[in-house]
Amino acid sequence: MMRLPPFRWHAPKDLAEVVRILAGEGPAARVVAGGTDLFPNMKRRHQKASTLVGLAGVEGFSGVTSTPEGDVVIGAGTTLRALERDAAAARLAPALVEAVATISTPVLRNMGTIGGNVCLDTRCNYYNQTWEWRRAIDFCMKCDGTTCWVAPSSPRCWAVNSSDGVPALIALGARARLVGPDDEREVPVGDLFRDDGIEYLAKRPDEVLASLIVPAQGDAVSTYRKVRRRGAFDFPVAGVAVRLRRDGDRVAEVAIVVNGVGSSPIRCTAAEELLVGEVPDADRIAAAAAAAWKPARPLDNTDHEHSWRKRMVRVETKRALEALTA
Amino acid sequence: MTVASEDGARPTADDPRRKAHVILRVNGEDHEVAFLPHKTLLEVLREDMGLTGTKHGCELGECGTCTVLVDGEPQLSCLLLGLQSVGRDIETVEGMAGADGLHPLQQAFAELGAAQCGYCTPGFLLTAEALLRNDPQPSRERIVEELSGNLCRCTGYLKIYEAVEQAAAARTAPGAGR
Amino acid sequence: MSAADASKGDAPRTPEAEGLAEQLREGYRLIGRSPVKVDGPAKVTGATRFADDLSLPRMLHAKLLRSHVAHARLVRIDTSAAEALPGVVAVLTGEALPTSFGILPVSQDEHALCRDKVRFVGDPVAAVAAVDEETAFEALSHIRVEYEPLDPVFEPAEAIKNEIEPIHDYGDDGNVHKRVSMEFGNVAAALDESDLLLDHEFFYEGNTHLPMEQHATLAWQEPDGRITIWSSTQTPHYLHRATSKVLGLSPSRVRIIACPNGGGFGGKSDPFNHEIVVAELARRTNRPVKICLTREEVFYCHRGRHPVHMRATMGFRKDGRITGLHFRTLLDGGAYGSYGVASTYYTGALQTVTYEIPAYRFDGVRTFTNKPPCGPKRGHGTPQPRFALEIQMDRAAEALGIDPADLRLMQLQPAHGITANWLRIGSMGLGPCIEKVVEGSGWREKRGKLPRGRGIGLACSSYICGAGLPIYWNAMPHSGVTLKLDRGGGVAVFCGETDIGQGSDTVLATCVAEILGVDLTDIRVTAADTDLTPVDLGSYSSRVTLMVGNAAIQAAERAREIVARTAGKTLGVPGNRLRFAEGRVFDVQDPDRGITFSEAVSQAEAEHGTIATAGSYTPPPTPGRYRGAGVGPSPAYSYSAAVVEVDVDEETGVVTVDKVWIAHDIGQSINEMLVIGQVEGSVYMGLGEALMEEMTYRPNRFGVHKIPSLLDYKSPTTKEMPEVVTYLVTDPDPNGPFGAKEVGQGPLLPMMPAIANAVYDAVGVRVDMTPITPERVLKALEREDRRCAPKPLPDLRIEDTVRIKTLAEGGDGTSPRTGRPTKESTAP
Repeated sequence: MMRLPPFRWHAPKDLAEVVRILAGEGPAARVVAGGTDLFPNMKRRHQKASTLVGLAGVEGFSGVTSTPEGDVVIGAGTTLRALERDAAAARLAPALVEAVATISTPVLRNMGTIGGNVCLDTRCNYYNQTWEWRRAIDFCMKCDGTTCWVAPSSPRCWAVNSSDGVPALIALGARARLVGPDDEREVPVGDLFRDDGIEYLAKRPDEVLASLIVPAQGDAVSTYRKVRRRGAFDFPVAGVAVRLRRDGDRVAEVAIVVNGVGSSPIRCTAAEELLVGEVPDADRIAAAAAAAWKPARPLDNTDHEHSWRKRMVRVETKRALEALTA
Repeated sequence: MTVASEDGARPTADDPRRKAHVILRVNGEDHEVAFLPHKTLLEVLREDMGLTGTKHGCELGECGTCTVLVDGEPQLSCLLLGLQSVGRDIETVEGMAGADGLHPLQQAFAELGAAQCGYCTPGFLLTAEALLRNDPQPSRERIVEELSGNLCRCTGYLKIYEAVEQAAAARTAPGAGR
Repeated sequence: MSAADASKGDAPRTPEAEGLAEQLREGYRLIGRSPVKVDGPAKVTGATRFADDLSLPRMLHAKLLRSHVAHARLVRIDTSAAEALPGVVAVLTGEALPTSFGILPVSQDEHALCRDKVRFVGDPVAAVAAVDEETAFEALSHIRVEYEPLDPVFEPAEAIKNEIEPIHDYGDDGNVHKRVSMEFGNVAAALDESDLLLDHEFFYEGNTHLPMEQHATLAWQEPDGRITIWSSTQTPHYLHRATSKVLGLSPSRVRIIACPNGGGFGGKSDPFNHEIVVAELARRTNRPVKICLTREEVFYCHRGRHPVHMRATMGFRKDGRITGLHFRTLLDGGAYGSYGVASTYYTGALQTVTYEIPAYRFDGVRTFTNKPPCGPKRGHGTPQPRFALEIQMDRAAEALGIDPADLRLMQLQPAHGITANWLRIGSMGLGPCIEKVVEGSGWREKRGKLPRGRGIGLACSSYICGAGLPIYWNAMPHSGVTLKLDRGGGVAVFCGETDIGQGSDTVLATCVAEILGVDLTDIRVTAADTDLTPVDLGSYSSRVTLMVGNAAIQAAERAREIVARTAGKTLGVPGNRLRFAEGRVFDVQDPDRGITFSEAVSQAEAEHGTIATAGSYTPPPTPGRYRGAGVGPSPAYSYSAAVVEVDVDEETGVVTVDKVWIAHDIGQSINEMLVIGQVEGSVYMGLGEALMEEMTYRPNRFGVHKIPSLLDYKSPTTKEMPEVVTYLVTDPDPNGPFGAKEVGQGPLLPMMPAIANAVYDAVGVRVDMTPITPERVLKALEREDRRCAPKPLPDLRIEDTVRIKTLAEGGDGTSPRTGRPTKESTAP
């Protein structure tokens, strides 16, 4: 039986207390909400913590509310299932709800939270392995070792951002509210990520992701397309979120965000530029899809061949744009 | 030393090597149990309470075998701490059959051959039970979706779908006990 | 009659037996119906105790330290720090268990813990027993192992070159574990005379059983020094032999109890190192010791499908008749022998049993590589060649302008005939199987006519109903059953068979209940306990229904005869008019004249003493008497045909299986629900093998398993499972119990080639490799030859081919060289 290592356990009632414990204990403390990412990682001994702070009992940490203007505020502790079932969210932030509904399995979504999905540890099949397995490769740069085995001459780690929720949130222009010991700030979700497999989150360790705010979408439409081997369980080997607003026949605004093909989500600005102000006909869409394909740089550290994953970015971007402009 | 919070529902554990002493509500009964803070509900059920009906296939959330109901929702007992389960209603396969015999889902699983080796069966039963409580007459599509987090290597799932449908029909039939 | 009397063997038919025969002619009460299986209620309530559900007072927990290098000499192991850890009770290394073991007598190449060398990442080198699993786990990190690295080899094409230090010091040469070559008839001449010659290479990827239950074993030394082992094993008898051998104990002092298996599929049919290790730890500590493997460790146990590189050279006449087949296989065996010698033969054994192949040659090589050992997975050695063969049939049909269904129907192997390689066929229902799926699927309207991207494919297969020979050479029965009749009407049935989910307890109980006319709930099955139950060789080679069923019938007939003798006298009815049904014994001509079964038993017991009988089964002799003839013969062969309809996305290469029509020649269902369950389960497992499952390693990264987890090894979910229409063809086989044949393995076989053929129908590409991944489909779509194929097969260096005359050539089943039966071992 795979077992957790020992840790101290705190289950505070409010966020201030959470932040106080984190500040007091330093990086040896970690928060855990659904546990669906951290616990497997701790069982495999590649994420470590001597103190865990459970967030499930924190008041006001979960729940979905919407403003009359159409902003959606989602508590970070909202389970993926609750978000998936939320009628207002489905109406106001369709790409996000579509993305969330593709995460893993129904039972896992009953536990996993949107905050956890945003902060999901980057993944790599040289890293998401037991200690014994990783010992056979003399460990890797992301944990206990020095080499990135997917690119051994690389100075950096190439673990993959495998969140489904993140590209959707970025495409929808969502903001994240972070609560620290002394302050509280709101940043665009896109700004939370760094292109590095290890330091993938631009968030201070003593900050807690408290909520996500998806602004009113007006008449923009959005969707998410996920590439994976099976219809359940699997992380995306590529994912594309697109938000698009038209003005008459032409594209007024578009956001295309790709994930699962790099250490951070990728905003495909070149592809967006090809579309804005244009009529999204088949040629335009094909050109944009080709432009989205370019920045994707998958490596051989997930399921599927990386060349195929890169190719799928183009196919799925095209299909997403077709769906939104049909 | 482990102390329960004032409302009793959020125990904390300051010493990782000292057992927490808590009350777990399992299958409608309160049980006093002591276990280390890092133990999962799966381990507590199987090892500290002798409820071995809950099985395990990976302990990493990758198969659904250890599914139990927590406050009526399917949860993976391998990824939930025993401490996180305090104050919540836990249902395991052992609680399904009553004095009047098998639960309709159990009856249907047995009658239709939905349990071959039977190892994934408890997880499927509880997932299906939660589904039927929310949607007493689920479509085949809904069943496929809701059971998609439970792996079975024996049946190809088809007999499981049929069993869920039969149990749904039995449950809503006039005069059905449950 | 006592149990001792029962050992006399087949007695002449008595009037009572005639009465039984008449009863059976009148129709079965249970056979072919679908009552709840005897262990059904326990399975749905969580009451079934799998091995890891067991615990005993003062039980210790064991963990294994596994090699983190792929190939190395063991220089030294220092366990002192681990031993000093509080809570650690015993630490074991290979020195403690010097005796080797292995499932086949010719491959005794395993040690419970490695002694001289480690041979793959995951090979166990030390074991710890501690007060809890966490302490045992922690202790592993305190064991220091010094390795002297050796060059590893991961690919058969490399291994066959023999450029590194051989992984083992036995085998045919270097890293070639086994090389076989045999020819039946003149294949070169047959191929020369062909109007159409197909010559293609195929690669079938390795994949694994992935039972949901992880292997677990509990061992206990009884106060009198005997060792009892509860284990998730499919083969308690072979584990009994291996454990006794390694522990140096008389088998009479070792007891194996196979727990119900939480899935097996062949993955629990070898005796395993962890099973022997906990037995030794229990002996040393004098405390119960349990081990439960992690999912990753189950991948290291493996013994699953061999990756096989194949070349199928096949000739046809213009009219579609097959002229000859030359089939070559190169197997990647992994680090140990396991069932590999048998697996090698099986990649060449069953090509002949579906269609008439007048001339047949088979060359097979199994190599050792530094990866977890391969062995028997559902279909053992036969799905790989079947994949190639059925694709060649599809190619031939197209080339010759014949419907693939007709091409098969025109040359079915006749029932009760003998194949080119001397296999005796019994009943043969493949024709009706093909007709059912062709009709049900609308094949004739759909093939070649569906819109582009949609396709339909057909394939067939056959499988043995039990290996004709045991794994170790002996003349004893393959299966035994004892019965004890209770005065209260209960019947206790004892048999060494192991229920792995396939329902063998139910098959056993059903056969007995049918004959004694009692209810299934009147029967108590005690199974798979080497102290209490007569030997059954195990749940492998699809042998249980046929062999256990026949043994059970014999035991039950004998019990019935005893009861009938007394009941006939009491009722004043001649024995041949007595009927046993509904818990009564009565006059078939005057059903009111009768007594209850329990009364009948009581009266018989008063007259004859305690009523206990035995039955056993030994397969009939095989006509093949050449070296290598031990693999392939079976008392009967099942047949299957499948049609699948697929959708192929030409932009992504993704293949979706929408619907499956499958027909299986079951002979006679014992329990129809269980039969259909096996068919559907086979479709599922075949779907996984065809589309996504693969055991893959990183040869350039120390030979680690790439994906040893349930997340990354892709087992289809509910979302992938298509609709399945199952047809059962009933055609009782003279050797089957009530005519029954196997169903656990055969229906898996047509799935993979049927899907490949459907992909071709959909988009015109041949993917001659498994799994049929989106990448491979796209690659084939972009290539000029519209094909995704493996690299060329290396030279197998066949120097010596055994030539055996076929029956048509006037042969007698022997090869000129040996002319006598072989003692080569066989397997599932």
